[in-house]
Amino acid sequence: MDALDLARWQFGITTVYHFLFVPLSIGLSLLVAILQTAWARTGNTVYLRATKFWGKLFLINFAMGVVTGIVQEFQFGMNWSAYSRYVGDIFGAPLAMEALVAFFLESTFLGLWIFGWDRLPKAVHLACIWTVAVGSAVSAFFILAANAWMQNPRGFRFNPAADRAELSSFTEVLTNKVLLATVPHTLFACWMTAGVLVFAVAAWHLARRSHLDVMLPSLRLGLVTTLIAAFGILISGDLLGKVMTETQPMKMAAAEALYESAQPAPFSLFTIGTLSGTEPVITLDVPRVLSFVATGSLDGRVEGINDLQREYVQKYGPGDYRPYIPIAYWGFRLMMGFGFLAMIVAVVLLWLTRKGRLPDRPWLWRIAVLSVVLPFLANSFGWIFTEMARQPWVVFGLLRTADGVSPAVGIGAVITSLVVFTVVYGVLAVVEAGLMIKYAKAGPPAEADVVPAEPGEEGGTLSFAY
Amino acid sequence: MELTDVWFVAIAVLFLGYFVLEGFDFGVGILLPVLGRSDAERRVMINTIGPVWDGNEVWLITAGGAMFAAFPEWYASLFSGFYLPLLLILVALIVRGVAFEYRGTRDSAAWRARWDAAIFFGSLIPAVLWGVALANIVRGVPLGPGHHFTGTVLDLLNPYALLGGAVTLTLFLAHGAVFLALKTVGEIRERARTVAARAGTAALVVTAGFLIWTQVRHGHAVTWVLAAIAVAALVAALSANRVGREGWAFTFSAVTIGLTVVALFTALYPDVLPSTVDPAHSLTTVNAAATPKTLGIMTWVAVIFLPLVLAYQAWTYWVFRRRIGVQHIPG
Repeated sequence: MDALDLARWQFGITTVYHFLFVPLSIGLSLLVAILQTAWARTGNTVYLRATKFWGKLFLINFAMGVVTGIVQEFQFGMNWSAYSRYVGDIFGAPLAMEALVAFFLESTFLGLWIFGWDRLPKAVHLACIWTVAVGSAVSAFFILAANAWMQNPRGFRFNPAADRAELSSFTEVLTNKVLLATVPHTLFACWMTAGVLVFAVAAWHLARRSHLDVMLPSLRLGLVTTLIAAFGILISGDLLGKVMTETQPMKMAAAEALYESAQPAPFSLFTIGTLSGTEPVITLDVPRVLSFVATGSLDGRVEGINDLQREYVQKYGPGDYRPYIPIAYWGFRLMMGFGFLAMIVAVVLLWLTRKGRLPDRPWLWRIAVLSVVLPFLANSFGWIFTEMARQPWVVFGLLRTADGVSPAVGIGAVITSLVVFTVVYGVLAVVEAGLMIKYAKAGPPAEADVVPAEPGEEGGTLSFAY
Repeated sequence: MELTDVWFVAIAVLFLGYFVLEGFDFGVGILLPVLGRSDAERRVMINTIGPVWDGNEVWLITAGGAMFAAFPEWYASLFSGFYLPLLLILVALIVRGVAFEYRGTRDSAAWRARWDAAIFFGSLIPAVLWGVALANIVRGVPLGPGHHFTGTVLDLLNPYALLGGAVTLTLFLAHGAVFLALKTVGEIRERARTVAARAGTAALVVTAGFLIWTQVRHGHAVTWVLAAIAVAALVAALSANRVGREGWAFTFSAVTIGLTVVALFTALYPDVLPSTVDPAHSLTTVNAAATPKTLGIMTWVAVIFLPLVLAYQAWTYWVFRRRIGVQHIPG
């Protein structure tokens, strides 16, 4: 392994890790805001207790998302300085705007929400959590704008004198068709993540018939959120598939391990290819489905890996333009598979618990609880697929990953940071998971503990104090 | 004024905001084992910064993002060149941030003691290293062709930079102590004032020495004035602290930190990262900058949103203006 491989491992580890927490923060902030709104409108303290309970899990998770986010911004400069020089004129702006427009909002108003229970009028306090929910979604938009540019660079021109890409139209950067499909796809996935977490934790309590008053409405909220989000993921995912075929045909071909161009193209359910990635060995296909997924027509033509490789050699010069096929192929399938599984569990559970029924089947509840891992796996494989199947490019068609790494950073420094981040992140994962489980099991607070004191009261104890 | 100059000023302002605001967070964190003699007192201290520390930290994230967008070459050379110190800062900020949120989640003295240590070291390390980094930016680093950092981490540990680290450490300590005196009641307030006087005196000596050194090596008439006012403000902060005018003491210590940052950026201008090898390899506001188009768009966004950020952050400080003491901590 050289510094390039290590830097890639580090980016992969820190980014997948960061994105374990981000979707849950984005999704849970919305669900907590909805619950607090329900309390504000009905005065029913069940919703207040639910707000506090899910709010606690949200905060434990949010802290991890925040601290691992700083690494994301810094490591472009640390490990990928050549990339930063090359793309900074375009890529830096969405990052700066994310901080200035969204992250300031999120962090400041989250502080107000945590500490403001007895300091702010009820409506203002409620507005704080909504601001956090909106801010975190806006945050996602800017980060995805930066990423979409790497998938499908638009609104730039290459300046040979400065050897870098320069902005020509910011509107084109913000209306990139990859961005417009990725934003709903990602946000729905975030909401699904929160929906599944909520129904899984609620299921744990319902299986034990504990805290029924809070957990029954929570279960319903989690299941309905999951289903609405799943529907949104399907529609936006379909759109994203077509955009991807158009903008990054190699990625779609790799996702399907489609070696030779086909018209109509089958959707592969299962394949084992040679590791060299030039031909399949065993395949199980559904006719015409890939044509439909990729082009919207049952007999659309889908380009194969080998044809694209030849085409790219002509266009970009000699080189290997194929991503690592097994990861692209299985990443794509595992993303969809885990997502579908979560959706199926939600449908079944919604049906079996209709009209307040509580089935007496321990296995059902156990499956519901274990489902909590599904959206995290789907999210991770989705990003692993979308980033790995863009290789060997870091910016598609413009800059190779190998040319983006910091030339002046030695292998020792990269090893050090890789080891340090992996160890620190590993320890924190154990701590975080332990706390999430502890507070999830503890259940919502009792009614007497949640009703806030009147604003402005002097000398009282602080609510939600650290 | 050129857009490149506007963004040089903007980045100075963002770092100024970061050091003034997170400066007292770091000070409070380092003083945690010194001033907090019981768990209730330590909780009082953490809760003084509880509602604001995360918002304060975003100043750094914005400064980093703005540097990436406005001066990509500066961002790339600086972050890859200062690799190991930044790694340490990142780890420190990670454990510190998590510690605030997690220390109260288990009812165990050992658990809390571990997170208290995380807060202490997580505040101490960046408090020193930011000064080292800032001083090295002004002093210059070995930048070769292509603006690549050609030195080692040892090049960053020169006496001037280490003195810079002592400046931020002592200033943040004094600033944090004054902040605690301003935000608490009871015994802890008195102890904070005593510590503020001591840390402030140390900061006065170190900062004056550092600013004179900066003046001799990199300064001109304007930096001379800025440095003089920065030092005078620290004297004023010490006097205000002595007579129990904590609001004024805090204002003056903020002025000292702010003007020290301004003096350093003024001494740096028009370079953004000088090369100690060959001035031809130095990064300047011109050769490190993004295109006028990007800078123009960023300017609009900053003009609209920065005042907004200042307004709602100021409102946050207003909402949490009340002093707190051990009597406010739930049992």
